[in-house]
Formats: sequence, structure tokens, C-alpha cells
Amino acid sequence: MGFLLDNLDVIVEGFAVTLQLLATAGIIAAVAGTLLACVRVSPVPPLRGVGTAYVNVFRNTPLLLVLLIMAFGLPEVGVSLQIDVGPLQYSNFETYASLGLGLYTAAFVCEALRSGINSVSSGQAEAARAVGMSFGQTLRLVVLPQAARSVVAPMASIYIALAKNTSVALGAGVAEATYEMRKLLNDNATERLVIFIGFAIGYIAIVAVISLVANVLERRLVVLR
Amino acid sequence: MRLARTTAYATAAALALTLSACGDDDETASTDVEVAEGCDEFDSGTTMLELCEAGEVTIGVKTDQPGIGFLEPGAEAPTGFDIEMGRIVAGALGIEDSGITWEETISDNREPFLVDGVVDIVIASYSITADRAKLVGQAGPYYVTGQQLLVRQEDAETIASPEDLEGVSVCSVTGSTSLTTVEDEYGAEPVAFDTYSQCVDALESGETDVLTTDGAILLGYEAENPDELQVTGEEFSVERYGIGYEKGDTAMCEFLTDTIEQSYENGTWEQAFESTLGQSGVETPKPPETDPCP
Amino acid sequence: MSSVLFDVPGPRARTRQRIGTVLVAALLVGIGYVVVRRLTEEQFTVENLDELFQPGNFEAIGEGLLGTVQAAAIAIVTSVLFGLVFAAMRLADNRLVGAVAWTVVEFFRAVPLLMLILIIFYSPVKDVMEDVGVPGDLGSLVLGLTLYNGAVLAEVFRAGVNAVPTGQAEAAYAVGMRKGQVLRLIQVPQAVRIMLPAIISQCVVILKDTSLGYVIIYDELLSQANNIGDFIGANLLTYVCIALIYVSINYSLSRVATWLEARTTRAARSSAQRVEGATGALTGG
Repeated sequence: MGFLLDNLDVIVEGFAVTLQLLATAGIIAAVAGTLLACVRVSPVPPLRGVGTAYVNVFRNTPLLLVLLIMAFGLPEVGVSLQIDVGPLQYSNFETYASLGLGLYTAAFVCEALRSGINSVSSGQAEAARAVGMSFGQTLRLVVLPQAARSVVAPMASIYIALAKNTSVALGAGVAEATYEMRKLLNDNATERLVIFIGFAIGYIAIVAVISLVANVLERRLVVLR
Repeated sequence: MRLARTTAYATAAALALTLSACGDDDETASTDVEVAEGCDEFDSGTTMLELCEAGEVTIGVKTDQPGIGFLEPGAEAPTGFDIEMGRIVAGALGIEDSGITWEETISDNREPFLVDGVVDIVIASYSITADRAKLVGQAGPYYVTGQQLLVRQEDAETIASPEDLEGVSVCSVTGSTSLTTVEDEYGAEPVAFDTYSQCVDALESGETDVLTTDGAILLGYEAENPDELQVTGEEFSVERYGIGYEKGDTAMCEFLTDTIEQSYENGTWEQAFESTLGQSGVETPKPPETDPCP
Repeated sequence: MSSVLFDVPGPRARTRQRIGTVLVAALLVGIGYVVVRRLTEEQFTVENLDELFQPGNFEAIGEGLLGTVQAAAIAIVTSVLFGLVFAAMRLADNRLVGAVAWTVVEFFRAVPLLMLILIIFYSPVKDVMEDVGVPGDLGSLVLGLTLYNGAVLAEVFRAGVNAVPTGQAEAAYAVGMRKGQVLRLIQVPQAVRIMLPAIISQCVVILKDTSLGYVIIYDELLSQANNIGDFIGANLLTYVCIALIYVSINYSLSRVATWLEARTTRAARSSAQRVEGATGALTGG
């Protein structure tokens, strides 16, 4: 126990980066995923094709490979990103990792939303169109709000998976929690069990918080059918 | 009989050397190792006798460090300075190249491999430290290098020593002590990748500013890109590469030390260096003095 | 449902759609052109491609693929077994057994797989495995994959068994079967047919996650990609090519899952509802 307290600064530093990645990637995934879901159900055929291609590629590629392609591909095409907005200080690799994680997770968010959209009874969309709403309005005002309510549980799983996937960023130049754990493991052969428990608690805590938020949301939003 | 054989070997060696000199510049002629005859020189009960009679030895090496221990994709055996030293030791044990099993090791499992007996000896850029002496034995050193910095040409002035690394993005291989050192002692921003070439990529594209590891490896990368990359500063740590063996095996330690010293004398050490690290154009240094055995 | 969102397009809508199509296509081509131009300057050059398509590299890729498939195959079998055992435990009447199973399953679902693999590799567990003759890196990877995916599969199995309508179980009990028999003869066979697509999706996840073996120097496809990229000096090119390999393998597996799903829907004898795809496959790990 004492060992963990001695190295608390290292552990906290690592988890700070983890949470940073989680937050940024989470936002990117939510926005991109929603857009993607709209694209996949849109009336423009090439858009639908793009959406399907996107989802198929990102769902079938290992996350680490996605991150590596981001980290080495973006500079190659001339994109060099760094976020320096007020208190937010992201190194370039952290930005690439956030982007990679966000885009990867967006594919799953899109699929979850799509099944959510499909679960909204078609009567709703028919009624919306009968009243004269356009595609955009139907989606925005009638379908998506109802779909969102029924996708809370799968979304929670997706975000829990995202929280755990941040650990993969250690292969793409980001010094997050698992990276720090590895450093500690290397230098302290005798304290391995303690290190494991310490970091496991950290991740379990994050996962528990997400589950809690999801539960609260679900109770608030559940629609009696 | 012995003399005739030795002469034959010497002639063959000379021939091979001359032939290789005329050969393609890209092909590295490897060291001409003389394989000892018979196992009589080893006392009974020693590890050396066991290995000699078995005709096999398992050597733990690195496979991801160009010039030191590197396994080309699809190749049968790794190449590099450590590999050549391994062949020299095996030769002294009377074991042919075909009897050597090269076991891939990473920095973390060098000690466990020796302690568990997975490998017989370890020659894997294995720095001699007091900490490691608690778990394993280390003979040598057979090479001395130090941590250095590789930067882009334009930064060579501004980043010339580890003190300049505060807040600077520094890249190295995951788990390497070089990275931990610059992070903890000099306040650098660590960027860890799997292979050095990923770091070189990032360095060239401007995503990171420094690559740090043992100078020997950096020189190889500088040689590949002399216009863009440059090794700066003095070596700011001392890494003494030794050969790891099972702790307490004093006879093995003496054998290894003797073999290393012999390789200095009969020129095989120089050959080993020139055919591997020397290919990057760096001058062959003087061989280091070996430590006495405990 | 999607087609309900918009009417069958009239003439104006069709024109709009055509304009939209052209614009999108133009945009994609534009972006594509810029990207391809930049990439072919340095990375995707003919020389690099030449160096990539060497027999030595193909051999290396083959070895990596072998390592990936090997680990995945073993892990799939062990995960299914683990999942079955823990699903059975959670469905048991004994509350203690159920609680223990719940804790184990939730724990392994909350911890990142990468961390799990690292810890196993650095623990005495690996030494035990090596004593038994199992290579440490393969063993740690497979064990990590098993624990994590087994936990996910346990939940899938439980949901599957619960999706079989209670009428089936009730009828079985009425005829006099015991709990074990009901499970074995009535619920599981019907559940399996429902869950098969989900299981296959989880196999895709396992295959993707073998790439995490690189962290303990297990020889699989991604670590070979690093080696080759290192060797030919063109990392990005190698990554993209390896990504294509992964996508083709995994996509084919997913198609098998879809095909199976279609078959079971058509031939559905049981009135059980379909189980949602394994949370792993749906949620990305």
C-alpha cells in the first residue's frame, strides 16, 4: 500500500492522460458517430456507401493499427496537430490518439444509433412525414430523440470499452496509465501485485462511474411503451 | 596435425577476408570464427564442458537493434555485433554456428531467462549494473557506449546536451532505460514506440524532436540519413555491455572473460565490430578492459 | 425503417439527390486526390512497394499470420469454455456460486485487456505456464484473451439462455426433467442457434485483439508489420497493407456471421428472440 502512495504522482499523471483521451475521444465519437448514423440512413446513395465503408473498415481493423496509421499517416499528408487551448494541453501524439480512438469508436456509436433508429416504431416516422416534415426534420425532431433513449445501455458499453481502449494508446507514443504501470513494473519487480491492484482499481473506478451515469440516464429517460 | 589444421583455418580466413573485400559493399562479411576442437580443455563439472559435449548452446539476443542484434524479416538468424560475439563464444566452446539457438529477448526478460535456464548466456546490449549483479552474473565488458541524442540537423545547435531536454519531446523504445532516464532526470516529454524506426519516422516528420538510446545504434541511423539527422552531444551515461551468465558460475565467468580477451588479441573482436557497427562508418574503438570475476 | 424516413423521391427530389451525389463524389475525389498525391511522394512509392513485395517479407507476414491465427484459435476455444462455465455458474440456484461468478465476470470486463496481458506476463503465472511447457508469450496472450472474452461470452450465453422463452423450460420441468437436463437438452441447443452470430462476432474481436500480443513480444501479424516497416524504412505503407489483410480476414468472418444469422432467422424453429450481438463486437472491445 505504501508503495502506491509513494508513486501516487506517477499513477495520477497516467490516469490524467487516460481521462483526457477518454473525454476528447468520447466527444469526437459522439459527434462523428451521430453524423455517421445520419449518413448511413440518408437518401443519397454515395453517402450511404461511404458510411458503410467507414464502419466496415474501422470495425475490422485492430485499434492499435488505426492509432499507428493516424500517428504516422497524418504527418505524412501534412497534417500536424496539437491542441493548445487554454488549460488544455495536448501533445501531438495525444491528439492523434484521441482522433484515432474517437473515429474508431464512432463506427460503433453509429451502429448502436442505427439499431436504435430501427427500434423506433415506423409509425412515428410515417406520422412525421404525413405532417410534412422533411428527412432532416424527421430525423432531428422525431426519430433521434426517441432512438437516443433506447440506446443508453449499448452506449454505456461502448464508452466503457473506449475507457479501456485508451490503454492501447501506449503503442502510439502516449504516456497514459498503462504506460506508467509498465514503467513501474519494470523498475519494481517485487511490488508487481500491488501495482496491478492499484491500476486495476483506477480503471474499475472509471468504468463504475460510466455505469452509474448510464443507470441514472436510463432511469430518467426510459419511455414506457 | 593441430598445426596443419590451424594453418588451414588461417589460410581459409585470409582467403575469405580478401574475397569479401572484393565482394559487394552491401554484404557484410561476418567474423571468421575458429571452432575449437574437442572438449578436453574444460574441467569436468563445468557448464562449458556440458555445452561443448552437447554441441549446442542457447544465446539470448536482441532482435530489434540494428547493428547490435537485429533479425531481418524472414531471415533465419539475427545479425549484429552481439551476434558475432555470440559466435566467437560458441566457437570457443567448440560449437558450430548450426548448434547455436538464438533466443529473442527483450530488456525485461533477460534476468528471468538466465535464472530460469531458458538461455545459457545473454548477449543483448546487456549493461553491467550493480542491481543486476544481485540476480545474474555478467562478464566483460566487451563494448562500452553511452546514451546520446539524435536530432534533426537544424536542431543540432539548440539541443546539444541532456540539460536542453526540459519539456522537449523525446522518443525511444518502450521500456528502455534511456527513456526513463531523460524523463525522470531531465524532465523530457516521453514518447515511446515499439521500434527505433518508428522514432526515426516521427523525428523526420517533426512529430518528435529527439531520439535517444545508446550511441552505437544512433550512429547507424545517422548514417542512413546523414543530411537530415545528426548525433549531438557527448555520451551522458556509460553503458558497459557484458555477457550474462548464471549467477555463481565462476568457471563460466573466467571462461567468458578469457574468450573476450582472446578475441581482442586475435583480431576477431575488431572483425566483429567492423562487419556490424563499423558499417555505419564509425571508427573501431579500442576494446575495453574487462572486469575481474567475482 | 430507413426507407420510411423519406418518401419515394419525386422528380425534384431525384434532381436534388443527383446533385447531392455529384457533390459528394466530387468532394471525395478531391480529398482523395490530395491525400494520394502527398502519400505517393514519399511513402507509397514504387521503390518502397518493390522493397515490400520481397519473399523475405512475405515469409515474415506468413509467420505473423500463423502466430495470430494460432493464438486466436486457441483463445476462441478456451474463451467459449470459460464462458460456458461461468454462465452455468451464474444461472445456478446457489446464490454464492452466482455471486462469485458475477464478481469474476465483472472484474475481467472492467480491466483493460492490455493491462491483463502485461500482468499475467510479469506474474508467477507465466513461470507456471513455462514449467508446463507452454511458451510464456503465447500463454500470457491466450490467458488474457480467455479471461476477458470468456467473461463477455459468459454474459452472451446467459442472455441467450434467458432469451429462450420460459415456456420451453416450464414444459421441460413439467415433463419431469431436472435442472441440468433442462439446460442441456432444451435451453442450450436453442440458445446456441440464436447466439451463433454473436459468438462469431466475438471471434472477430479475439482476432483483432491478438495484435496486443506485441507488447510481450509475441510474434503475430502486427509485430511483423513493425519489423518489416522498420526494415524497409516505410512504416505507414506497411501498416496500410497489413490493415488490408486484417480487414479482409475480419470482414469475411463477419459475413459468415451475417449469413448464419440469415439462416437461423429463416429456419427459426424456436420462437426465441434473437440475442443482440455480443457486446464486445458491438462496442469495440
